[in-house]
Amino acid sequence: MTNADVQTWAAVIGIETHVELSTKSKMFCGRRADIPDEPNTASCPACLAPPGAPPVPNEQAIEGIVTIGTALGCTINESSLFYRKNYFYPDLPKNYQISQYTFPVCEFGSLDVEVDGEPTTIGITRVHMEEDTGKSSHVGGGDGRIHDADHTLLDFNRAGVPLVEIVTEPDIRSPEQARAYGAELQRIVRALGVSDAKLEAGSMRFDANVSVRRAGTETLGTRTETKNVNSLRSLQRAIAFEIDRQIGVLEDGGVIVQETRHWNEDTGATSSMRTKEESEDYRYFQDPDLLPLEVSAEWRERVKASLPELPAQMRARFRNAGVDAVTAEILVDSAELAELFEAAVAGGAPGKLIGNWLTGEAIAWSRREEIEVNESDLTAEHLIELATMIEDGKLSSTAGKDVLTAAMAGEGAPHDIAAARDLLQVSDEGAILEAVDMVLADNPDAVDKIAAGDDKPIGFLMGQVMRHMGGKADPTIVKQILRDRTKGA
Amino acid sequence: MPVEIDIAKVANLARIALTEEELTRYGSQLEDILVHAERVQGLPTEGVEPTSHPLPLVNGFRPDETDECLDRDSFLSQAPDSSDGQFRVPRILG
Repeated sequence: MTNADVQTWAAVIGIETHVELSTKSKMFCGRRADIPDEPNTASCPACLAPPGAPPVPNEQAIEGIVTIGTALGCTINESSLFYRKNYFYPDLPKNYQISQYTFPVCEFGSLDVEVDGEPTTIGITRVHMEEDTGKSSHVGGGDGRIHDADHTLLDFNRAGVPLVEIVTEPDIRSPEQARAYGAELQRIVRALGVSDAKLEAGSMRFDANVSVRRAGTETLGTRTETKNVNSLRSLQRAIAFEIDRQIGVLEDGGVIVQETRHWNEDTGATSSMRTKEESEDYRYFQDPDLLPLEVSAEWRERVKASLPELPAQMRARFRNAGVDAVTAEILVDSAELAELFEAAVAGGAPGKLIGNWLTGEAIAWSRREEIEVNESDLTAEHLIELATMIEDGKLSSTAGKDVLTAAMAGEGAPHDIAAARDLLQVSDEGAILEAVDMVLADNPDAVDKIAAGDDKPIGFLMGQVMRHMGGKADPTIVKQILRDRTKGA
Repeated sequence: MPVEIDIAKVANLARIALTEEELTRYGSQLEDILVHAERVQGLPTEGVEPTSHPLPLVNGFRPDETDECLDRDSFLSQAPDSSDGQFRVPRILG
């Protein structure tokens, strides 16, 4: 397919994200919610659904969803309801999942993302509360796929873990935007401390709804839903694949079937999961076992007042401290680096320099030595001292980088390291003056040229002075003195 | 008949196999219920506050505390089949 073909099509993308809350206990019963490895050691009455085991909602989980909704700028509904979503699959023994339908806890939010400097606001349709399902392992028939399995084993440790579903409006227009949305949502959820949001471990999961239409048209095309997307990179790849596939089908005169598709990381392709003979009909109805949820104005206000700083606010603050966009992004993603940065800048160090050191030399050293930056010996005091030394001309910026990594390796405070390594620059004007005069006396030709208006020999003279000073003179001062002394010549 | 109901579809959604005779019998029983619901819907409810639950209660929360799980064998032993500490069910047909 040529690029010209692709450009006549436009993609419309919406994302559903499931986030497991890191509460101590499950959503509707007191079993532990941290999903132990040993099967069925956190799964009894309410998770297994024998008659007469009623669900009792976990207050902390409701606090968690209200926190997420508030951070996403949602309206938090004063009153909301739990519904039963009925379906037949053994991963929930009740034959229904407790979820929400009309009247979710949160609605009408938004999230801002930026791709290549272009900002977009993505609408959040709803954020609702539900319970996670158990884990099914399809045994026999080779590769563990469902189709040719011999039987299925069920572990209900995960069944009933509090799950928050966050649904966007179809506002996303490119795979890159989708990835930026996923990344920012993950940062927010982590900043809120309500979930570890680990994609590889499944505590955060994306489903991508994708359709394409002719560029410039309004009517939406038929969409597919892609599941099994386990990383931000996969989210971007799966959507890019699906857009290409749909354009290919339509260009060939085919039609898109509304279906659920499975992303395969190894082949880099989506494939159709079994198409249901009947359109999904979950026969939602209000769960009579559960009372209406009421989140009072007081509760809403308390959550709002106690929200931590969100990534977007942090990013803006770093930018204001003089840090560029890429560096700010790295700092936002690393609590450890951000902490060092903030302490150093609070101590008066220039943000741009500290940001460059931390995201440049410090990270490079950390990767080389396989020691986290915050586990090295580097402190904010070191950063402040080092920045001051460079500002005062006691250290060249090149030598500063060596001192930084030496401080990380535990060689001591920057000034001591610079002294021990003989890196300190002389900024004593008397000593420099002496060297300059000696060099000028040795090079009368150069002095004459400069006096005649030719600046070229300045570089040569600087080199000579630096040689006399053993390379440790502050070059700014050397240059200034050279200019002063030759001007009068 | 004021209310139509596709009893075969409902039975299929609920994965219940019904005979022709049962389809007719349950169909007419369900229709009676729907007719009754329709009668209720026709009542004058102006000025009546909508309600979603018969009790004047909300939330009914539980604090986020864990308690011990039952011994696994106590419930696995009641299942038709199990292995490796897990419930074992026939292969899933999708």
